[in-house]
Amino acid sequence: MSATAPAGLAITARGLTRRFGTFTAVDRVSFEVEQGEIFGYLGANGAGKSTTIRMLIGLLQPSGGTATVAGHDIAQRPDAVKASIGYMSQKFSLYLDLPVMENLLFFGAAYGLTGKALRARADELLERVDLAGQGEITTGDLPGGLRQRLALASALLHRPGVVFLDEPTAGVDPVARRTFWRLIRELAAGGTTVFVTTHYLDEAEYCRRIGLMVDGKLVALDTPAALKKTWVPDRVLVARGRGLAAAAARVRATPGVRAVAPFGAALHLRVDPAALDAGAVAAALTAAGAEAVEVEEAAATLEDVFLAAVARGGQGAAPAVVGAP
Amino acid sequence: MAAPRPEVATATATATATAAIEARALRRRFGAVTALDGLGFTVARGELYGLIGPDGAGKTTAIRALAGLIRLDGGEARILGLDPERDPSVRERLGLMPQQYSLYRDLTVAENLKFFGRLSVLPRPVFRERADRLLAITRLAPFVDRRADQLSGGMYKKLALACALLHQPEVLLLDEPTNGVDPVSRRELWELLHEFVEGGMAVVISTPYMDEAERCSRVGLVHRGRLLLEGPPEKLLAAFEQAGHPRPTFEELFIHEIEGAAA
Repeated sequence: MSATAPAGLAITARGLTRRFGTFTAVDRVSFEVEQGEIFGYLGANGAGKSTTIRMLIGLLQPSGGTATVAGHDIAQRPDAVKASIGYMSQKFSLYLDLPVMENLLFFGAAYGLTGKALRARADELLERVDLAGQGEITTGDLPGGLRQRLALASALLHRPGVVFLDEPTAGVDPVARRTFWRLIRELAAGGTTVFVTTHYLDEAEYCRRIGLMVDGKLVALDTPAALKKTWVPDRVLVARGRGLAAAAARVRATPGVRAVAPFGAALHLRVDPAALDAGAVAAALTAAGAEAVEVEEAAATLEDVFLAAVARGGQGAAPAVVGAP
Repeated sequence: MAAPRPEVATATATATATAAIEARALRRRFGAVTALDGLGFTVARGELYGLIGPDGAGKTTAIRALAGLIRLDGGEARILGLDPERDPSVRERLGLMPQQYSLYRDLTVAENLKFFGRLSVLPRPVFRERADRLLAITRLAPFVDRRADQLSGGMYKKLALACALLHQPEVLLLDEPTNGVDPVSRRELWELLHEFVEGGMAVVISTPYMDEAERCSRVGLVHRGRLLLEGPPEKLLAAFEQAGHPRPTFEELFIHEIEGAAA
């Protein structure tokens, strides 16, 4: 059976499944990604993110379900899929002993680009990723952040309509991450679809929509703001003071307290809003031995969403997927 | 060797005079590159010190110097008052997790843990309890029979961290231990680190994650082999806010300082 893609959709997945022996890595996953959208795909290690990507880019046959990428069925036309996508893996596969430009020329040739057109495209991309004039530098001598931008450039040589980025910013410092995400937003603004996985939840805020994978299942899919509203009905509080670490263990057992986590010298707490407010938590911490306690309400973060989804998803009580386009 | 946590805690009372970890004006060049240019900081027992800074700032070299793995061109590294390069007795009291951690790729998760447990001569019940706890925290329990070379990058990193944490040393050096590790495991690992530290362990951790920097007792911002800024994260943020940056994040502070130093 061949799937066809409606216009305006860069990726469609219907019941996409992959088993390895008795282990189901990806379990009936369905979603759609619009053209020009930045789509974040989040989940714990081993949740099935990379397996999904490997199916979508034509590297791995699904055990069940169908998907289209850039209008092509991934099972029927894997070569057409490969020609229309760019892929940047966790470990960028650049040749470290080659100069920057030669890496681009090599990957360009692999995509069938040649001669002046390839050279011009490589120059254009170096400029675009702020590496203009650095084509002669040995790739291995570039700091990690620049290498990462070169890896992005090498995935864009053949002007793919859809780009898959698998943890592109792991281990990269904040300055380099900020630059990288500016490039991603420019790319999407130009109409390229970006499918990205990350463990940095501040980055996930840049995504228009986020899919959350837990144990092979897509348990949530929505905008960051809507996810916070759906998944974190708790009140989020930040407590400061002295002796908080010792008091934390006792306060964790207080009815209405759902989570307590140290955050530097402060404590982050999630509490049942019907049972506890900032004042009640301050009193509980003080009673547990903490001193000079101040408690403030804070906004829920995507990390709170992630933790709630993983905790609930694991018990099979996840809310239905909402917010498909 | 293999002292359980309470003994580490009682040692604190007698040894408070000596800092657990001392970096004194560390200098080291690699060819034309100055990796360490007078870097200095101290870490007390019961303290979690975060080394942050851009790529190439010297964080990894500093950790390697503290572990006694490289010779310094100048300055001194001290672990519990001892010279880590010359005094082999440091090794038993020091834990290190380098960025490229070697596990046995053809052994399973469970076998790797068992091997590293034997290396640090843990009594069987102690090993069992710690291994189970670490497997739960890292969410690797369902994967105990999977070979290390079949793990994803993040899972491999978590197994390495579990192996490094098995023998709870007095001093622990962690070089970017959570790159690629998911947020749930990261949070649980930080809770475990805080627990160790409350028991008197001294920890130095380098990280590119600014939310992790905020979870340290103190952080040092390293740039070009030197300390640019140091202090408890909340005090650094408060000072930054007073300097005219309303409601700043730690990421904004980092970018401001690094770009200011580069200008």
